[in-house]
Amino acid sequence: MLKIPIQYPSISIRFKTIDIMVLLSIIGVLTIIIYVASGWRYEIQPTTDIDLHVSYIPLYAANSVVRIFIAYILSLSFSIWYGYTANRSKLSEKVMIPLLDILQSIPVLSFLPGVVLAMIAIFHDRRLGIELASILLIFTGQVWNMAFSYYISLKTIPRELIEVTRIFRHSRFIRFLKLDLPFSAIGLVWNSMMSVSGGWFFLMACEMFVLKDRDFRLPGLGSYIQTAASHGDMISVLYGLGAMITVIIALDIFFWRPLIAWSQKFRFDPIQAEEERESFVLNILRRSLLVKVISEGVGKIIRLIESRAKRVRTSHYPGFINPLKKAFKLVFLVSAIIALLWSLIRAMIIFSAIPAEEYVSVIISSFYSILRTTTAILLATLWTVPVGVYIGMNPKASRILQPLVQIASSIPATAIFPVILVILIRLGGGLTIGSIFLMLLGTQWYILFNVIAGASAIPQELKDVIKIFRIKGWKRWKTLILPGIFPYLVTGLITATGGAWNATIVSEYVTFGGETIKTKGLGSLIFESTVSGNFHVLLLSTVSMAIIVVSINRLLWKRLFALAEEKYRLD
Amino acid sequence: MADVILETKGITKSYPMSGGKEIAVLEDINIQIKDNEFVSILGPSGAGKSTLLRIMAGLSLPSSGEVFYHGLPLRKTMPKIAMVFQSFALFPWLTVLENVEMGLRASSLSDQEIRDRSLRMLDLVGLDGFEDAYPRELSGGMRQRVGIARALVVEPEVLFMDEPFSALDVLTADNLRGELVTLWMERKMPIKSIIFVTHNIEEAVFMSDRAIILSHNPGRVKADVSIDLPHMRDKGSKDFLYILDRIYTILTKPAEEIPFLMKRERYQFLPHTKVGAISGLIELVYDRDGRVDIPTLASELSMEVDDIFPLMEASVFLGFGEIKEGDFILIRKGKEFAEADTLMKKEIFRETALNNIQLIKQITQVLQSTSKHRISEDFFIEILENHFTTDEAWNQLEIAIDWGRYAELFAYDYDRGELYLEQ
Repeated sequence: MLKIPIQYPSISIRFKTIDIMVLLSIIGVLTIIIYVASGWRYEIQPTTDIDLHVSYIPLYAANSVVRIFIAYILSLSFSIWYGYTANRSKLSEKVMIPLLDILQSIPVLSFLPGVVLAMIAIFHDRRLGIELASILLIFTGQVWNMAFSYYISLKTIPRELIEVTRIFRHSRFIRFLKLDLPFSAIGLVWNSMMSVSGGWFFLMACEMFVLKDRDFRLPGLGSYIQTAASHGDMISVLYGLGAMITVIIALDIFFWRPLIAWSQKFRFDPIQAEEERESFVLNILRRSLLVKVISEGVGKIIRLIESRAKRVRTSHYPGFINPLKKAFKLVFLVSAIIALLWSLIRAMIIFSAIPAEEYVSVIISSFYSILRTTTAILLATLWTVPVGVYIGMNPKASRILQPLVQIASSIPATAIFPVILVILIRLGGGLTIGSIFLMLLGTQWYILFNVIAGASAIPQELKDVIKIFRIKGWKRWKTLILPGIFPYLVTGLITATGGAWNATIVSEYVTFGGETIKTKGLGSLIFESTVSGNFHVLLLSTVSMAIIVVSINRLLWKRLFALAEEKYRLD
Repeated sequence: MADVILETKGITKSYPMSGGKEIAVLEDINIQIKDNEFVSILGPSGAGKSTLLRIMAGLSLPSSGEVFYHGLPLRKTMPKIAMVFQSFALFPWLTVLENVEMGLRASSLSDQEIRDRSLRMLDLVGLDGFEDAYPRELSGGMRQRVGIARALVVEPEVLFMDEPFSALDVLTADNLRGELVTLWMERKMPIKSIIFVTHNIEEAVFMSDRAIILSHNPGRVKADVSIDLPHMRDKGSKDFLYILDRIYTILTKPAEEIPFLMKRERYQFLPHTKVGAISGLIELVYDRDGRVDIPTLASELSMEVDDIFPLMEASVFLGFGEIKEGDFILIRKGKEFAEADTLMKKEIFRETALNNIQLIKQITQVLQSTSKHRISEDFFIEILENHFTTDEAWNQLEIAIDWGRYAELFAYDYDRGELYLEQ
């Protein structure tokens, strides 16, 4: 049974001054990037051509996998660094956690100009620069939830375990290796899976993009599918799609499943899980001599580092901050504030230079996008709740449907957009309605999985009570099922809303068969302004989207989540 | 005198509350832990026992005051200090052996040495053969054995134990207690002191040499009771039950209601005299110009000096007269007393008795401080038994009651054997 561990940081529901400060800083940073970017001159060599011949697919697939995994490793390292830094002091926690919340709400594409231009500036026109830009883009789509997960894990380590590492004077390295990392392993693995599937979702946007009317493309599965789609070559689209699904399923069998089965070792609750997760790949690996040799080798290296680290003792006694460090910190803080002020002034100049009709257009677009995402979420909820409850409460159905659902969900919706688009265009209705459908494709799984998890977590005793008192139909839903799945549903909705907003960009603006199809919305506005290099509008629409998403989170979801935690907890 | 291993001086700990207030958890804790001592820290929940333990172990810092370890300030954890935790605090992803090895992970020993010592320790706690098991495969009792082995493997000088057996079932806990005492008695380990937090009185009396009892809100040292029974202790023996009962009383009653916690005041030996006789003597002497020769008076009254002397002694205690060169002389208060009418006499007597007679003063104070203003005579008997024989204690109380009644300070309910304040 796929069970998504519910965890959401306990940050306050209301807006605080710190949130506004953080928001302002982000606007400031974005402004700096865009300000610098708009001044750059750059020329690009003719881009790599994507060959649509089938024989190229394995090479492209390998390229994409490597890209996603490099981005994933980056995300993992960043998450660990972020978790520790946020945990270091109350102050950094107060800044860094809302910051994460806001960064999470900024669509991947809004990072594009900054990242791409910076990489070009560093590497000029070499492919390495574009590659790194692509990897960094994938990174921005993967990292935030992992950082959250690690931060929360660190926060929830039982006090006595931390005291063990302190009373026995373990070095930081040992604490990281033996306590922090194992304790957060399960959460990290789950979030890694989600992140990597997010990487597949945005692969097309990250491998092939247009910036200021310049075409960038890298060899990869994403650009293959996109190129095929823009040529209107449906056969190649299907080949690419097939390859992508094959790769995803293979990764699932040979990478994620063994990883999940292995990570069960790090369960903290002493109760045996209701069913052991098995992975035949892991079982084979466990028997392999090679794996044994390698793991012993790794153990030796670790012990070597450990013995070096032994001299570094953990001491909780503060007060050894040397004056130099303090001075450095002060200088850093002051310069950061000056930079922030400067960039805010720039932002104001930029914002005031934007003509009023652009503001109006952003507001109208926001309205359309809100309408669309809400509809998508509602539709997703409507079908996933009954289906999820059915699967979750019927072990037999679950055994058959669960794997199917998992495969279906692992197919990145963006990859099948072209196929769907063809159908939609033939049916008529255009992208205005079609984009809702595309968003639905991208986000329904989050809700479905959570509903399944919630429904299967309803205690047998409660089900028995309902049976004994012959409560049926709507009453059964009202008294047992809806309250039972409520916390899970809210968790799913929170993730789905974020996903839907991110998907506005890829669903409201699509190139297909050589032509561009778009519909009015915040997402298409962001896309369009990236393509045309209209950075002012890009900044404005990005900030608007961040504000909308964070507001929905704070004003709606977190309240519901708090209610769920308080009233509808079943354990 | 044994060496002091660990000492706390004026430790307080307080936490900030919402609204800028601070809540004090510990207040002015002064404790000395000596070599070869097994000390329990007892107290109701919320008394800050575990907080105190963690401060003493160097895991957290006091708000004020200082912990001294071998005479040096202790501000971080030390190599020869180990702890056993209430929740066992084992790493579920490590095997039993690896968990024990965690105790030595910071030492400079070689891997082989760490392994050998850990295996030996597992042997000692009776977990031979479970090296490769994971904690979740073990019962609670066995898990705590791992926790103990992990603490012992560092060969600690001071071993801290934070309610180590409270999460176990009764039989398992009993078993482990016995083994711990045996380990301690046999001196197989280089442990110099064990500091043991518990809320289980029987556990403390069974194992430790000394029980430090904390009060709560805020936690202060309420009593420091030494438990001088030979090991292994018989939980049914009279001595055991006596100490158990004492500690129970300390834990459950406010300090000012516990007789043996009273400050050891010096009690005068009150002469066996009634107020009427004293009053008669004073008036008699007053009529003789306030000065009499003691032997003359005795013969005049056809009494032995020994019979008349207690009256004079009582008068001296009460500040009515003095004895000089074989004479008994009334001083100012005595003269005033002799001249006064009945009501005034009582008033003067009340004043001098409260000022001069320790027992009367204390009875009055205790009666005033208790809510019902009523206390059993046994309470005072118990106090007095610290100073007098049981018979004499009763005599003394009888005298005090007679004097107190006359002064209308308190009264005595014979049927219930209680003293009470006059309305």
